[in-house]
Amino acid sequence: MIRALTTKRPEMTPFLLLTPALITMLFVVALPLVFSLWTSLTPYQLTKPQTIYSFVGLRNYTRLLTDPGFWIPFGRTVLFLTIALNLEFAFGLGIALLINKITWGQRGLRTIMMFPMMFSPILVGFQFKFIFNDNIGILNNALQSLGLTDQAIPWLVDAKLAMFSLLFAEIWMSTSVFAILLLAGLFAMPRDPLEAAKVDGCNAFQTFRHITLPFLMPFAYIAMTIRSLDVARAYDIVKVMTGGGPAGRTELLWTMIARTGYENAKMGQANAMAYISTVLSILFTWYFYRKLIAARRFMGGVQ
Amino acid sequence: MSAVVESRASKRAKSVALWIATFALMLVMCLPGLWVMLSGFRPNREILAKPPVWLPEALTLDNFGKIFGWGAEQIAIPVPAYFTNSLIIALTSTLIALAIGMAGGYAFARFRFRFKGGLFLGLMLFRAVPGVALSLPVFMLWSKLGLIDTKAGLIIVYVSLNVPFTIWLIDGFFRQIPLSLSEAAQVDGCTRWQAFWKIEFPLARSGIASAGVFAFLTSWNEFALASQLTRSTDSKTLPVGLLDFTAQFTIDWAGMCAMAVIIIVPALILTFVVQKHLIAGLTFGGVKG
Repeated sequence: MIRALTTKRPEMTPFLLLTPALITMLFVVALPLVFSLWTSLTPYQLTKPQTIYSFVGLRNYTRLLTDPGFWIPFGRTVLFLTIALNLEFAFGLGIALLINKITWGQRGLRTIMMFPMMFSPILVGFQFKFIFNDNIGILNNALQSLGLTDQAIPWLVDAKLAMFSLLFAEIWMSTSVFAILLLAGLFAMPRDPLEAAKVDGCNAFQTFRHITLPFLMPFAYIAMTIRSLDVARAYDIVKVMTGGGPAGRTELLWTMIARTGYENAKMGQANAMAYISTVLSILFTWYFYRKLIAARRFMGGVQ
Repeated sequence: MSAVVESRASKRAKSVALWIATFALMLVMCLPGLWVMLSGFRPNREILAKPPVWLPEALTLDNFGKIFGWGAEQIAIPVPAYFTNSLIIALTSTLIALAIGMAGGYAFARFRFRFKGGLFLGLMLFRAVPGVALSLPVFMLWSKLGLIDTKAGLIIVYVSLNVPFTIWLIDGFFRQIPLSLSEAAQVDGCTRWQAFWKIEFPLARSGIASAGVFAFLTSWNEFALASQLTRSTDSKTLPVGLLDFTAQFTIDWAGMCAMAVIIIVPALILTFVVQKHLIAGLTFGGVKG
């Protein structure tokens, strides 16, 4: 039957090939999102099943938008991502440039560089919970043995230090994604423009700024797009390392969703938060994907 | 003359210094991960010791023995069951996602059709929904459908999580293969279906394998959804099981580190095997339009 359909109407073939993909996405993502939207318009609580039928309009949203208890973690999440992504890009670029300069053992170094990429986010969280532990963690042990401090520094208990520890874990986990893609970009880079720039008297910085960096941008956008597909994996790290504490001082948007929905059973409100975070993630991905397409068009297809 | 020799020598010294610096940097970067893995082979009392024991006196497999029930001591956490669940769920969802992704990737690579760009972007954006956010409605729906705490429930979710990225990668690999090869085969009397299996599939095989590794790792490592959709040994996966340790009265650091080793080793092996294709896949698929 399928063959009959494809020979009679060949323009249908790609749609047939895509049907399984579309069905899965509709069933597991689109349908739940519609359901989630409805729930976000009700005061649904898991303990009171009837509440899912009472429509309250945008009440959950207006409540969130006027609640500092929502805006503070929200702002913290944006700040967290801004710092993390910028540093990941900067470190990744630095590492890629270093490895690109190396002539011997480059492949080995590249393999070593991929090491953190293989860690599950939950493992990264556990790993740094272990390392930053104030009592038995290797960091405090080292600082104390070296005589730099005689106290146990509360890395995960003090709010500011905990935020720093979380950022450290996040950056450790994701820098290699940037490094690997930027390195691939450096490998693919044509030699001619670089030599021409040298002949024309550009210094190393000018060459980097005007030739290398623009060439690398599509690769940076791929990294950004890939990263933006799962920015929320920081949830795993926070969940293990601090659980959002102390006293909610490291709460991010995603841990707040889980707390409201599962622990406090306020599904209506949690779904409203979830919707806001979903829209944000989608905008973020969309933005970098557009950038990627534009950069690609500008390059006219490299390699 | 001597100036040239000197400058060559200094250039050499510089490159050696650069090499050492880079290598040291990479080592420092890997240190946190290596430390956890090493601690999986140390007794818990050595980890807790004050003053700290810097150089492990003896490495032991006791932690793994406890986990898998070889030794006299055993821990109450059913890690072998979690391991089996993880393996079944990750493998099944990867195979299904690959089948769906191959069909979809081929469609994007080889056909022109209406809404093509929009569909591709749409798939990507679906993937961007944060796991926690998606877990709320899926949790409610799966409760109604009786899919909570079943392997099937998690497999379905992971398939859809993996399909968009699999399509992206496989689309890129098929684009690398010149269309003329398949056309030549069709001129020689193959149907398009035969041409696909005889020409295009073998050429894209390594790329498809690396897409599979990506999908496997996503499922193997996923936590946010699994932690809400699983309850018991029927379906709990390793990342969820890791948190069982923290629920105990005292944290068994050594046990957790050993479990970390169990989670990371399959991922390490797989990634090393396909790393070349992995990098190629990410960049080809993304840059070449």
